[in-house]
Amino acid sequence: MTPPPQDGRWVGTALARKEDRRLLTGRGRFTGDMTRAGLLHAAFVRSPFPAAAVRAIDTAVAARAPGVAAVFTAADLGDPYLLATLDRDEFVPTAMPLLGGGQARFAGEPVAVVLAGDAYLAEDAAELVAVDWAPSPAVASLDGAQAGDAPQVHQGTAGNCLVDLLMFDDERLGGIFADAAAVVGGEFASARVAAMPLEGRACLAEWDDRDDQLVLHVSTQVPHQVRSGVAQALGIPERTVRVIAPDVGGGFGLKCVVGREEVVVAAAALRLRRPVRWTEDRQENLAASFHGHEQRYRVRAAFDAGGRILGLDADIDCDIGAYSAYPFTCAVEPLMAASELPGIYKVPAYRARGRGIATHKAPTAPYRGVSRPQLVLVMERLMEKAARALRLDPLRVRRLNMIGPGEFPYTGVNGITYDEGSYAESLDLAERRAAEQGWPAERDRLRAGGLAAGIGYACFSERTAYGTPTMSQRRMRMTPGYDTASVRMDPTGEVIVTTGTCAHGQGHETTFAQIVADRLGVHPDQVRLRQGDTDLASYGWGTFASRSVVIGGGAAARAADQVAGQLRAAAAHLLEAGAADVELRGGAARIRGDARAAIPLPEIARVVHFQAHALPEAVRYGLEARASYDPPGTFSNACHAALVAIDPGTGQVRVLRYLVVEDCGVVINPLIVDGQVRGGVAQGIAAALFERICYDDGQPVSTTLMDYLVPTAAELCPVEVIHLETPSRFSESGAKGMGEGGMIGAPGCVLNAVNDALAGTGVSFDHIPVLPGEISAALAGGEAG
Amino acid sequence: MTGTHRVRLRVNGAGHELMVEARRTLADMLRHDLGYTGTNVGCEHGICGACTVHLDGSPVRSCLVFGVQADGAEVRTVEALADGDKLSDLQQAFRDHHALQCGFCTPGFLMLAEAYFAERGLPPPAAPGAARAGAARSTPPAAAGPGGGAGQAGAGPEPSEAEIRELVASNLCRCTGYQPIVAAILATARARLAGGGG
Repeated sequence: MTPPPQDGRWVGTALARKEDRRLLTGRGRFTGDMTRAGLLHAAFVRSPFPAAAVRAIDTAVAARAPGVAAVFTAADLGDPYLLATLDRDEFVPTAMPLLGGGQARFAGEPVAVVLAGDAYLAEDAAELVAVDWAPSPAVASLDGAQAGDAPQVHQGTAGNCLVDLLMFDDERLGGIFADAAAVVGGEFASARVAAMPLEGRACLAEWDDRDDQLVLHVSTQVPHQVRSGVAQALGIPERTVRVIAPDVGGGFGLKCVVGREEVVVAAAALRLRRPVRWTEDRQENLAASFHGHEQRYRVRAAFDAGGRILGLDADIDCDIGAYSAYPFTCAVEPLMAASELPGIYKVPAYRARGRGIATHKAPTAPYRGVSRPQLVLVMERLMEKAARALRLDPLRVRRLNMIGPGEFPYTGVNGITYDEGSYAESLDLAERRAAEQGWPAERDRLRAGGLAAGIGYACFSERTAYGTPTMSQRRMRMTPGYDTASVRMDPTGEVIVTTGTCAHGQGHETTFAQIVADRLGVHPDQVRLRQGDTDLASYGWGTFASRSVVIGGGAAARAADQVAGQLRAAAAHLLEAGAADVELRGGAARIRGDARAAIPLPEIARVVHFQAHALPEAVRYGLEARASYDPPGTFSNACHAALVAIDPGTGQVRVLRYLVVEDCGVVINPLIVDGQVRGGVAQGIAAALFERICYDDGQPVSTTLMDYLVPTAAELCPVEVIHLETPSRFSESGAKGMGEGGMIGAPGCVLNAVNDALAGTGVSFDHIPVLPGEISAALAGGEAG
Repeated sequence: MTGTHRVRLRVNGAGHELMVEARRTLADMLRHDLGYTGTNVGCEHGICGACTVHLDGSPVRSCLVFGVQADGAEVRTVEALADGDKLSDLQQAFRDHHALQCGFCTPGFLMLAEAYFAERGLPPPAAPGAARAGAARSTPPAAAGPGGGAGQAGAGPEPSEAEIRELVASNLCRCTGYQPIVAAILATARARLAGGGG
């Protein structure tokens, strides 16, 4: 057992994780590890065409194949679908059929499922399902989809536009741009990427006669939304479905939406009354799950001669693929981008239009960062461009425009109120640290040695812990935000916490225990978090958007405070003292100022449960409470800095040094916070330099890890993390969310460093990933760009 | 239909005999036929390394090996590393350095590192029972390099961070950015060289 910290507070302690032991010894329980007697394996028949009508499906041969128990098509299941919708006129809802019945809208779309007693036999039989396809022309790019005569992915959607939101406008902008000392801008773009958790999607569904309930084990970030999706798609009450997320091997947003395959597996288990398991393979994962983050920004910004931004005008188009994902809809990327583009900069006049455009490609889900990596990239490139145009220092231009100390809370042109942060301090510290470590001299040395080398910065904040006050502005039919926790002490003094959040690598079993332990005066080893089970926890929204420690942890803190009150009241009675004089510390209830008057908490728990009659009515009957938390959201912030070197022959970029100064308010567990930052930076560097899902005329061609380049340790460098701590007033613990910041800052930071390295060439890049061929061409003669 | 074949092997010291199809991968045989689910499968095409196990002492991607190829072999999986509830020094270093988040890739990295340590003549300080049996047929330690000084005989010089980073580049992790994995393996190597264990 870890000894208690000196000040007695577990929050802030670098406690090694509770989760680690089982995962290190191979005793974790991932969905694919589970088996059942009589288990059936699902294999999906998928469209080989990006766009095709399904004229007929003949399943007879497959159904007779060895080991096959059943084959289902859409018609067999009654044409069920998932429908995600916004209550906005500018939004076109698109039902996502569980199995494509009449039409396939992307290569990889499932049209039938085979269930067999062996996974290999299921795949064999899937090849025997005969589909009569009628392929038709596909649209596979934003330009293609928006052309006047483009085929429509969904009928009746001109230009394939599924959502078109003019979020802000300002009639002064015409004059502002006409009079500005400098107008900078251009087209900024990010390629489509895959979240690529090491564990793909997986589920196991089984019917439980005793509870009259379908139990669906699924690798998900959002168990309650999976339950709602299954219930809505299959037309059954939510009570009849129990969703359990066991250990989840990463999500990054891919698993915060409901996959149609999960619902098909549930439907098959319901129909056959047999357990059914599906384990996505990597090819399915890369080609046919959900992608993210394919966006194009056409932006102009006006600056005065001193470098102050005067106006910002943006048209943002997101290639959302074939369908709106449930429950977020395809508006999640354009809404986020258009509402939050100004970021930390004081933009006086703003216009933004965000659109979601359908293509014949896999649908998209809210990938880690959701539009913030792009909008930070755009703003940080604009600051650099303005500085260049006006011959100013780019960091000075940032300082001039960012929300400064003493200006918080600041309400921006976008109507968003930014709570206290350390925007200027983090930039100052990053610049100082880079100088102390000799980055500028190292850049000079690298350049003298024949390499191109550059230093880049990115400054940003990110709204985290979106509660319903904020989420409701999106007008989603299903609006996430709040969460609910319960805290219960058992008769031996052990504590059980339930939450609707659902960790998949973030270590909530540890951090939630630290939060609750402090409230109850117990050791974190005595606190057990139960999560990811819809029968155990109250309705909750799972883990995404950097929400869990603030919202779920806040709810747990509130519930724990109530239990602490119950403990103090019982102790006051037993110690014959006033409840206000009782404190909970070191596993006991103590009277302040009286070192001898103490009762161990297990003793109180024993009396409350086993000798209720010895207590007054008000403190009898359990040590248990339930609380909810629903904050508006709180802004974390950071400054990233990178030093890169480029081999002029190959154009290969090496990130040599990377520094993050971050402020997520009160740090619950520094080990875990640093881990989240570093992992996010790795994903951000990946997006900046390596990862790209490619299509060739609608055919996915990045379907293996030889084609989709996830960086290894050889492509990454150590990341130094420095913490500032500006507590949030919109958070029970003062903590701010921080699961995405690493990913949000890194693309813009790395791109700025690459452009700094190319500064002498006259070429600069505004898209990611920026690839070796483009860079070597730029270095060879400036013809690219 | 492909035929089935009799396979006899030892896994972490325990003997097994089973009939498998020729096409069945070692990963599927270990996980689904023999119940060693600690080995995870991340890509099924040999890139991610999550399924790394030791086959007669050498690290292999068990998704790229057929079960029948393990006939007569000694296989070692992540389940062999701890001594009951006591983590090995390497596992403890992973925990101390927060070298795992979701934990799905972790067994592969642990087995990768232990194979490297075996090659370098750096076995765990006090090998637990199951591991001893599993290591019975492992590759003999590599010849001692120059230098090395104190520490275990034949262990060679202390590995550099760059060497460990290159080793770690064999496998994929999506959560950590690799830095703590490199640190945990390096710390374990140093401790084993110094002879002090974890």
